[in-house]
Amino acid sequence: MPELCGIELAHPVINASGTYDAIAARKVFGDALLDEFPFAAFVSKTITPEPRTGNAPRRIWETPSGMINSIGLPNKGLEGFLAEDLPQLRELPVPLIVSVMATTREEFARCVERIARRREVAAIELNISCPNVHSGLIVGENPSETEALLQTLRPLSEKPLIVKLTPNVADPAAVAAGAERGGADAISLINTLKGTAIDPATGEPALGNGYGGLSGPAVRPVALEQVRSVRATVDLPIVGMGGISTGADAAEFLALGASIVAVGTENFRDPRAGSRVAQELESSLRRERISEPVLDLD
Amino acid sequence: MSAPFGRRLCEVSRNRDSGGYRVVSVIDREGPEPLAGQFYMLAAAEGWGARDGRAFLPRAISVAETAPAAGGGVRLDFLLDAVGPGTERLGTLGEGEGIWIVGPLGNSFASPREVSEGAAGAVLVGGGVGVAPLALLRKRFTERGVPHRVLLGFRDRAHTGGLDLFCGSSGALCPEVRLATEDGHAGVQGRITDLLLPILAGDDAASGVVYTCGPPAMLEAVRALCAEHGVAVELALESPMACGFGACFGCAVPKPGGGFLRLCVDGPVLRGDEVEEVSHAYA
Repeated sequence: MPELCGIELAHPVINASGTYDAIAARKVFGDALLDEFPFAAFVSKTITPEPRTGNAPRRIWETPSGMINSIGLPNKGLEGFLAEDLPQLRELPVPLIVSVMATTREEFARCVERIARRREVAAIELNISCPNVHSGLIVGENPSETEALLQTLRPLSEKPLIVKLTPNVADPAAVAAGAERGGADAISLINTLKGTAIDPATGEPALGNGYGGLSGPAVRPVALEQVRSVRATVDLPIVGMGGISTGADAAEFLALGASIVAVGTENFRDPRAGSRVAQELESSLRRERISEPVLDLD
Repeated sequence: MSAPFGRRLCEVSRNRDSGGYRVVSVIDREGPEPLAGQFYMLAAAEGWGARDGRAFLPRAISVAETAPAAGGGVRLDFLLDAVGPGTERLGTLGEGEGIWIVGPLGNSFASPREVSEGAAGAVLVGGGVGVAPLALLRKRFTERGVPHRVLLGFRDRAHTGGLDLFCGSSGALCPEVRLATEDGHAGVQGRITDLLLPILAGDDAASGVVYTCGPPAMLEAVRALCAEHGVAVELALESPMACGFGACFGCAVPKPGGGFLRLCVDGPVLRGDEVEEVSHAYA
């Protein structure tokens, strides 16, 4: 049975943070969502210390085999999440991973400490694609910032800390190594690639925020290479993601050393993509086992 | 009633012209009958992504008409204007071809009494491809005996897509329908607001509710006119939407007083007082 940092999983497919709102989906699809929950663990949208309304529209733009989003992390804030969302997410039939982000170590620490105390949370994912307002550096672009953040957070939680890397760096493996030195339990990658688009109707940037993050099958080769390079550098388990839409895509990530995979943008096209990818992966692995030559048993 | 969980592969039973638009009929064996105003996420099973990797995301399309399907289930008619690679491909789907659907999604139009206490009648105001959900609403109002008038705006003789959805079985336009055309070839020459204004200015305006769907500029004009005359209005909005079930947070519509609604789960039908101003930025 697959596992991540000791968390047992029914299959190796989870969701990428910010690509599935299980609370909204349950209202739309009813309890069938719980009966046939598509993911082996559920990763929440990123929670920030204070509430955020998100970016001004337009927020999404379709691109060749993908999309650019500039959603802006709308969320109820730490207290709103704990009071309103967590009791609902507890009803999901799978382990819960809560994604958090903050712009100071103190705020990050407050989030991790509060969330780590909740028994219904299995692990915490640290979204480090954000600036440290004190240093002005994007934490996830900088190995020593990442290491220092982990050193601050590590003592606050016995729960696994998963570091979500940004792909918008020259050397993601160096950042992963910083996370490992700081005491991270796992690495997840990739987040979206910075991108922009022009609206042909206006000749202006299409997104309200001017730019956004590219995702979907278009980014998969980039994600695969980053997983390969991180695997070559750190020993931590890896949650591989970036443009996975089939079991065959997922198998590529596992072949490069990811422990499990996450499905993101494909969820938008297929609300049950998680279970489908898991089933396709399982049947392709079974085929492989069958086609393997039977070796002598000496 | 919840939508069946996940996308399902359905078959197209018909594709016909409608004044420059296409009406594509889909046989849904599984899902419940949708309410007027609800929508589906649609993607062609084949040839999706065939134009330089687009269309990639499914397209959110309102239902224009439903009927029981021979052999069980429900027939869903979608009115399509080919404005990009997605609607273009959907509009070429022929009989027997596969289509992925998720839905029915979103909320629906409310009855006049639910929208405004004491209201009994309805004025439906539609333009462009936005006439689709109003066609289904007109049918429901007719079945339930809700008194209603229908005002439709079209550009010119070559652009009358969806008008036939408002024709009776004889092929003649239903008597409660009035037209405004910019070239004056049918109905009055002018804009839809030219037809709406005298109704809103009438003594009995407050006994009715306006239901509208159409291009953003038309919606904003209708919203502002209704606000000015104190008449309740429900608007069916459109927004860029990746998923349709609350996952992507792409379909943000600004709320008066700050923050955003997610049009897929909070809409697509919003009351006039839930919308600040209808803008191209999100519509």
